[in-house]
Amino acid sequence: MIGAMLREAWRAMGANKMRTFLTMLGMVIGVGAVILMLAIGQGAQNLVRQSIASMGSNLIMVLSGFTSASGVRSGSGSIPTLNVADARAIGDLPTVAEVAPLQPGTSQLVYGSSNWSTMVYGTTPPYFGLREWAIERGDPISDLDVRSAARVAVVGQTVVSRLFGDEDPIGKTMRIRHAPFVVVGILAAKGQSFDGRDQDDTVLIPFTTAQRKVFGAQFPNSTRMILVQASSEADMPQAEADITALLRERQRTPEGMEPNFTVRNMTAAAQAQAQTTKVMSILLGSVACVSLVVGGIGIMNIMLVSVTERTREIGIRMAIGARRRDILLQFLLEAVIVSLLGCIVGVAVGVSLSSLAQDVTGVYAEITPWSIALSFAVAAIVGVFFGFYPARRAAYLKPIEALRFQ
Amino acid sequence: MTEPAARRRRSVVLVEHLFKQYETAAGPHPVLQDINLQIMDGEFVALMGPSGSGKSTFMNILGCLDTPTSGRFELDGHDTARLDSDRLAQLRNRFIGFVFQGFNLLPRVSLVENVALPLVYAGVGRSERLARAGELLERVGLGQYLGHHPNQISGGQQQRVAIARALANRPRLILADEPTGNLDTTTSHEIMSLFDRLNADEGITIVLVTHEADVARFAHRLVRFQDGKVSHDGASAAVLQEAPA
Repeated sequence: MIGAMLREAWRAMGANKMRTFLTMLGMVIGVGAVILMLAIGQGAQNLVRQSIASMGSNLIMVLSGFTSASGVRSGSGSIPTLNVADARAIGDLPTVAEVAPLQPGTSQLVYGSSNWSTMVYGTTPPYFGLREWAIERGDPISDLDVRSAARVAVVGQTVVSRLFGDEDPIGKTMRIRHAPFVVVGILAAKGQSFDGRDQDDTVLIPFTTAQRKVFGAQFPNSTRMILVQASSEADMPQAEADITALLRERQRTPEGMEPNFTVRNMTAAAQAQAQTTKVMSILLGSVACVSLVVGGIGIMNIMLVSVTERTREIGIRMAIGARRRDILLQFLLEAVIVSLLGCIVGVAVGVSLSSLAQDVTGVYAEITPWSIALSFAVAAIVGVFFGFYPARRAAYLKPIEALRFQ
Repeated sequence: MTEPAARRRRSVVLVEHLFKQYETAAGPHPVLQDINLQIMDGEFVALMGPSGSGKSTFMNILGCLDTPTSGRFELDGHDTARLDSDRLAQLRNRFIGFVFQGFNLLPRVSLVENVALPLVYAGVGRSERLARAGELLERVGLGQYLGHHPNQISGGQQQRVAIARALANRPRLILADEPTGNLDTTTSHEIMSLFDRLNADEGITIVLVTHEADVARFAHRLVRFQDGKVSHDGASAAVLQEAPA
């Protein structure tokens, strides 16, 4: 019985090829749009996830306070109200896994006849772990380097290409603010941060060297930033609170007075962006779903026309013994076949459009199996939903009226 | 096989006080008024009457395609008013075979599949369907046209295909609504001889509507309709002589 109905549906679709094609086109466009939009949304989400991962996980940044002179307030970190002892104390908190003080500055680098301006950070060995930053070649900064305030540097990929060109930088001597530094290691490439900065355009030197020999420090062992890693994502809020309490106590900040430092959750900003991307991809998907529904309405429209055109045929079938459910199933099957075939073609179109979009516009698009599964499920539902009304209409025709229909 | 005489005692169609009226803008329009009729198994009955006399409406009611407004209609002993649409479809499928004036074959479907269609709804498997449809086409003399389509053969041949289709589920009753209306005289007579053989050899009850006296002469019994009522009912020859119009 189903076999006969499938053959019948195929015959009916073949009888009016142009119409079947146009009906299917609605589904093709709808499914294609869903696949493409979900792919672009997924691509954007993956990109954000990668930049978050490249930043390091569960990071908290503690910034020192600001000065205010004659009512002019300079920004966070403009005076060093934090010191290395504070960093060590933070490191002892139970909710904190690791800390690294950070002394940032912009410097002109010189090597041979080339020069390049970049961010130079003075820091300690835990920094590499905090940022989950691997050394591609050579060595990281060691504790010994920090203790002896050695003139060694670890350089990022961008600095390698801008300053050294084709040369191997390991063992070479470059100058940072006229002081000579030996390059001991090269950082692995990290790419863009989630806010679009080039993370590879950087140089790391020992914290003590930065303080004593490059940037100088107002007070010995003071620092402008401390990078902290909480022991887990769940501990982040507690760690923030603990750090604030600890530093208030250490600095004897009176109750109710604004503290002379800032604690900032680094992951929160990134997660907000991840959330935005997610909302965007849901939005894109919903817009595409609307076109899928429009395609479904197209199917319903054509099925209604088809039922009217084939009223006499329905009458004949009823006269020779077709039950209501036979007629219903026949038309429903036809709608579902049109919609599923449209879906198959639509998936193919969506996949090729996605890779085209990636090649032409550089947008990162990723096809996920579940987006294809979703398309098929929605197409089947659309076929049944929009096919049901016309099919029911056919099934409930009165035999004699259907037979008399001209 | 039971004896024809024994079967004749069983009534295939029993109609009592049957009324049918259509609601029109001008009020109810009566089409059939108080019809009482019994058709026994194995009879060959012709229904005649002028246009609008109600014979076609009566035929549609007999075929369970239309329902009476009031009155009793029993088909093969079943009170049709008590049957749901599925059961009526089943009766049309198994018990009745339809032959129409306009043949009513499905145009895009091959002849053998047209004939096999009632078997689809009877739930018969594909190979058995096609085998049986082939035999039936053979029997009506169209064995060489199995794969043809209805528009490739003549009207007389199409009506033979329609008869083969009507026979697919071995019905006890064939309802033919002006089966020769679109055919020339020679072809008409061929079709009528086919009905005659089905009635004589297999004892299938045949009820047909016609306008033509020489077609009605093939039937044994003739019921004449006039203004929604039965005006004459008797042996064909007698009724034709008594009321030739």
